[in-house]
Amino acid sequence: MATVERPPVVWRGTPPYEGSRIPTPIPTVLQVDPSEHELEDVLTVNFGPNHPSTHGVLRLIVDLDGEHVAGIAAVVGYLHTGFEKTMEQKTWWKCMTYPERIDYVSYLNNGLVFVLAVEKLLGIEVPRKATWMRMCMAEINRLHSHLIWLGTSALEIGAISMLWYAFREREKTVELSELVGGTRMHTRYFQAGGLAEDVPPGFFPVCRDFCRQMRQGIDDYDTILTSNKIWLERTEGIGLLSADDAIALGQSGPVARASGIDWDLRRDQPYLAYDEVDFVVPVYRGGDVYDRYRVHMDEMRQSVRIIEQCLDRLEEMEGEPWIADDRKVVLPPRHELHTSMESLIHHFKIVTEGYRVPEGEVYVTIESPRGELGCYVVSDGGPRPWRVKFRAPSFVALEATATCMRDAAVADLIAIVGSLDGVMGEVDR
Amino acid sequence: MTAYDAVPGLVETKEAYGETTLVVDPARLLEACTYLRDEQGFAFLSDITPADYLGWGSSGVAGYIGTRDGRDINVPGTQGLARLPQPKPKRFSVSYHLLAHERPPRRVRLQVWVDDGEELDSVVPVWPTADWHEREAWDMMGIRFRGHPNLVRILMPEDWEGHPLRKDYPVGGEPVRFSGEE
Repeated sequence: MATVERPPVVWRGTPPYEGSRIPTPIPTVLQVDPSEHELEDVLTVNFGPNHPSTHGVLRLIVDLDGEHVAGIAAVVGYLHTGFEKTMEQKTWWKCMTYPERIDYVSYLNNGLVFVLAVEKLLGIEVPRKATWMRMCMAEINRLHSHLIWLGTSALEIGAISMLWYAFREREKTVELSELVGGTRMHTRYFQAGGLAEDVPPGFFPVCRDFCRQMRQGIDDYDTILTSNKIWLERTEGIGLLSADDAIALGQSGPVARASGIDWDLRRDQPYLAYDEVDFVVPVYRGGDVYDRYRVHMDEMRQSVRIIEQCLDRLEEMEGEPWIADDRKVVLPPRHELHTSMESLIHHFKIVTEGYRVPEGEVYVTIESPRGELGCYVVSDGGPRPWRVKFRAPSFVALEATATCMRDAAVADLIAIVGSLDGVMGEVDR
Repeated sequence: MTAYDAVPGLVETKEAYGETTLVVDPARLLEACTYLRDEQGFAFLSDITPADYLGWGSSGVAGYIGTRDGRDINVPGTQGLARLPQPKPKRFSVSYHLLAHERPPRRVRLQVWVDDGEELDSVVPVWPTADWHEREAWDMMGIRFRGHPNLVRILMPEDWEGHPLRKDYPVGGEPVRFSGEE
């Protein structure tokens, strides 16, 4: 039996390792190397798909040599629901509900990317109030996603109390969703052309209150984890991924930024109004679980900053329109249905037949909490999408499992899989 | 004259909605990918997307109304102004969305067209991340990739028949267990 050797803790400031650790010939499957392991000592263990620490229904087939992980293969697809096929059957405006359910943890960001894609095809002008409110809600949703990540990842490693602290603030984010969109999750708040509703009365004081609480909350998490000896032991130098390997494996978002890749679509390819707000992109170079944790923590602080700037701007836009005035795409105001025949006809046509989207194909990408979220949409000019495809960052993140698991012990498996932040709904779509 | 004229096997360059599409010859796909990665700096493969165009442009498939020239007022129920879409060269398109980490970022869509049963070269040697994307393309659309190290289904069960995202794959054709109709 091989002795368990933990890789050395990386000195921060250098890339984690030289050369590629991506397995060959299959980049996503770590196969047992007969020169390193006695094959008769290797025990194949099935892990999942129903296991509380796999962030959903992820199945891992792990070849163990004692405590040492000699081989690993991830099996996905248990949550496949055929969203993309379903969306081909629905009219454009009915499709808006589906993306939010693909990644149920960062629902608003997923809704946003589809709405942006449809708007790009339509060439519709979005009022600035809608843009700023979208940005505000997307950042609140980023906090929601990061808080769930932080709570569950810490829980899985054994820091049980972290879950309760993280969910204390997470509860506030879904309450804000409820205040704004009517439901705690899956609000369908973003529409082609703008927002479903105006910013509700009382939103600003509640949201400012939340920002204050969130700042305090992040300080609390910092106190509990950042220099916690057990947390450091469990995360430092674990699950290494170098910058080159991260690019080759298509990694983006916090995983890439923890490997030293200074890249954030919000800053480098600004959408919405991200070029008008002030924020910093955190980058760490360790490429381990601990640095992924630090990227998430810093991003939460930056999100609070962005939300506050959005609130400042939104307060100046009192009384401005929140959805485009395009009667061929946007539902008319409800009160007009009783007085205007044209409005009634437009309402009827949009609801029954749906609006038409010009022919073409677009690929829109945004920075979701998990990284580069892409949406490829093909329209044939009809009322239904011809093809919708989501580039799911979680799906790609799980491709890095085999590389990160090289030389790891079985106890680190949970920490590593958790740090890649895969949401299985998005992986399997 | 664009920056991508030297891409091997380039058939056509299209600009639409601010996006560049490079259509290349499927036989020279691997060459084109290697060129774009090494010479043009597209180190990052964002996504591989297959799309099925079976029935594209024929009435009743996606619900558009009218003829290729536009509105046809002589057919009942044709109030729509939509035109029939432009015809496509083959049944499937496979789009490779590439990103160069520069400021401002450069994105390009590399596209190849294949018919049912035609094989494409796997780009796993160029971008390892293509592994799962190509498995998904095989699983969902039935596009085979020559030289892929592990081309098995990824989202559907191993013994599944058919490729669900094809246009000729029925919706609701799947028997529902315990529904009382067995």
